[in-house]
Amino acid sequence: MKSVRCIDLCKTYRQGEVEVTGLDHVNLEIDEGGFVCLSAPSGGGKTTLLNAIGGLDTPDSGEIWLAADRVDNLAKGELAKMRLHNIGFVFQAYNLIPVLTARENVEFVMEVQGVPAADRRKRSLEILEEVGLEGLEDRRPAQMSGGQQQRVAVARAIASRPKLVLADEPTANLDSQSADQLMELFVELNRNHGTTFVIATHDQRVMGYAKRVIRMLDGKIVGDEQKEAA
Amino acid sequence: MMGGLMIVFRLAWRNLWRNHRRTLIMLAAIVVGTWAMIFMTALMRGMVDDMVKDGVTVLPGHVQIHHPAFRDDPTIANVMTPPSAALLEALDRPEVVAWATRVRVPAVISSESDTAGVTLVGIEPERERDISFVADDLADGRYLESRDDRGLIVGRKLIDTLETGLGKRVVIMSQDRDNEIADRGFRIVGIFDSKLQQYEEGYVFAGEGAIQELLGVGDAISEVAILGHDYRNVEGLHRMIAEAAGPDLEVLAWHELDSYLGSMLAVMDGFVVVWIVVVFLALSFGLVNTLVMAVFERVREIGLMLALGMTPRSILSQILAESILLLVIGLAIGNLAAWASIEPLKDGIDVSIVGEGMEYFGSAAVVYPALYLSDVILANVVVIVLGFFASLSPAWRASRYDPVRAITKV
Repeated sequence: MKSVRCIDLCKTYRQGEVEVTGLDHVNLEIDEGGFVCLSAPSGGGKTTLLNAIGGLDTPDSGEIWLAADRVDNLAKGELAKMRLHNIGFVFQAYNLIPVLTARENVEFVMEVQGVPAADRRKRSLEILEEVGLEGLEDRRPAQMSGGQQQRVAVARAIASRPKLVLADEPTANLDSQSADQLMELFVELNRNHGTTFVIATHDQRVMGYAKRVIRMLDGKIVGDEQKEAA
Repeated sequence: MMGGLMIVFRLAWRNLWRNHRRTLIMLAAIVVGTWAMIFMTALMRGMVDDMVKDGVTVLPGHVQIHHPAFRDDPTIANVMTPPSAALLEALDRPEVVAWATRVRVPAVISSESDTAGVTLVGIEPERERDISFVADDLADGRYLESRDDRGLIVGRKLIDTLETGLGKRVVIMSQDRDNEIADRGFRIVGIFDSKLQQYEEGYVFAGEGAIQELLGVGDAISEVAILGHDYRNVEGLHRMIAEAAGPDLEVLAWHELDSYLGSMLAVMDGFVVVWIVVVFLALSFGLVNTLVMAVFERVREIGLMLALGMTPRSILSQILAESILLLVIGLAIGNLAAWASIEPLKDGIDVSIVGEGMEYFGSAAVVYPALYLSDVILANVVVIVLGFFASLSPAWRASRYDPVRAITKV
């Protein structure tokens, strides 16, 4: 079963006066339970592809399928619903809501989904323990390190058990030790829960954790390497 | 649904106190604005209430019945028969607090020193006690004892003008029904003070029977004055009396009888709305500015929430909830502050330093602030409703953010 299918995706956008090609006839399939890195230099198209898969941006042409559902032609509200129920996101920075505690941040998606309070609380405490943040549940983001914040973001991304987690440069603002810990956590969650991970990065060490590395340049896929995770 | 609503309110509440200094400043502005709306309205209401109540108790009552021509020609030629049958039955209903008949004619009063034009009012002393100011404002001497009492009650200012005094005799001269001069000597038995000096100068009171006899009109009267429960709500009373009086008599409410007072009340009602809206408009600039700043500071956060699947409607609700919470807290404190500052002033504010000037437009020297629930509700509703609409623009903008651009905004 394919978790993600992209068929002939094209996307151009304007950057000031210049028209930039974000995606240039991209075709891609990612298996369920995959652990994939999208690798490209800045402006290579990895974030554009990630945003398109996540329903944050719509392609100019082509199709995007998540499992059996086509999502590129959904309306804004339907896209929001699709993101809420099917995808977990981890962004590079500004990942958490500052006025909520770690636990409340983890519960955020579940709360918007309408999960009952007791279930949310139980699940969020389990996940926080799983990502190694036991005892920090009531801290606000400003009271935590960058690595701890990203762990909370990961906990939030997987708390509602999405089929797919999309991470955009998740280690970019972390020191090497925190980055390694975060990637080990991704690998563990991928292995334990079977969640599909798609990570956009240009960090070679991050790619070292992936089972598959897709290389992009100027919006095109220029390499697709299957490998065993480290 | 409930969970979504809870997170919206939790975020709104916490974001409200995120920049607590800015929130407190805005809150202070709302409190002062609300206080100003309610306190000033209560003062103005008190002033106008006093004017209207004084005006109503001077003579008009809440509703009056006359001969249809009496208002144009208020002489003894235009009299009516005393109430009977259906009208008496109507006057006995619970809507009527008190009523009295009167004979009222223009007259000339002469003392040994001077002469003045006055309105001579023949009253039923016991009934009149419940309607007009005469008994209450009696300062010297005695009140009239019966409708045939030949004593005269005169205002203090007129006493000074005529250079006369209590116990002295004066001559009242008017026209009788045959247009002949009717005059008689009356002894001054009482002196009244009025909050409104023009009444001290212009009205004299005697027994109704004595005046009817002087003018030779039998038991005919000039008017029936009727007092209801609330001068602001006389429509029902007016309708009931008009039906009972029949088409041959003119029945008028106080605001028709004294159009100055009537229009003063209408202007006051309009002014209260204008005053509240103007204060709100001043507030709204601060409110919108606060929300715009709050939204602008949280662009990436809003983008994140949209990316995670929160709907634009929830973002809109969150910003609106933030605004409404701010307004509700400000209103609560503002209402409390207004009540706390009005309550100690209930015994009146002495404005005698400007009292002389205020009498020219019918106001008294002591103002009693009048806090009406309807005014408080109006102020609160205006602030909440207009505040909601003023907040729509920044809230709408926030809900329309593109998540990708918002998250990456520097």
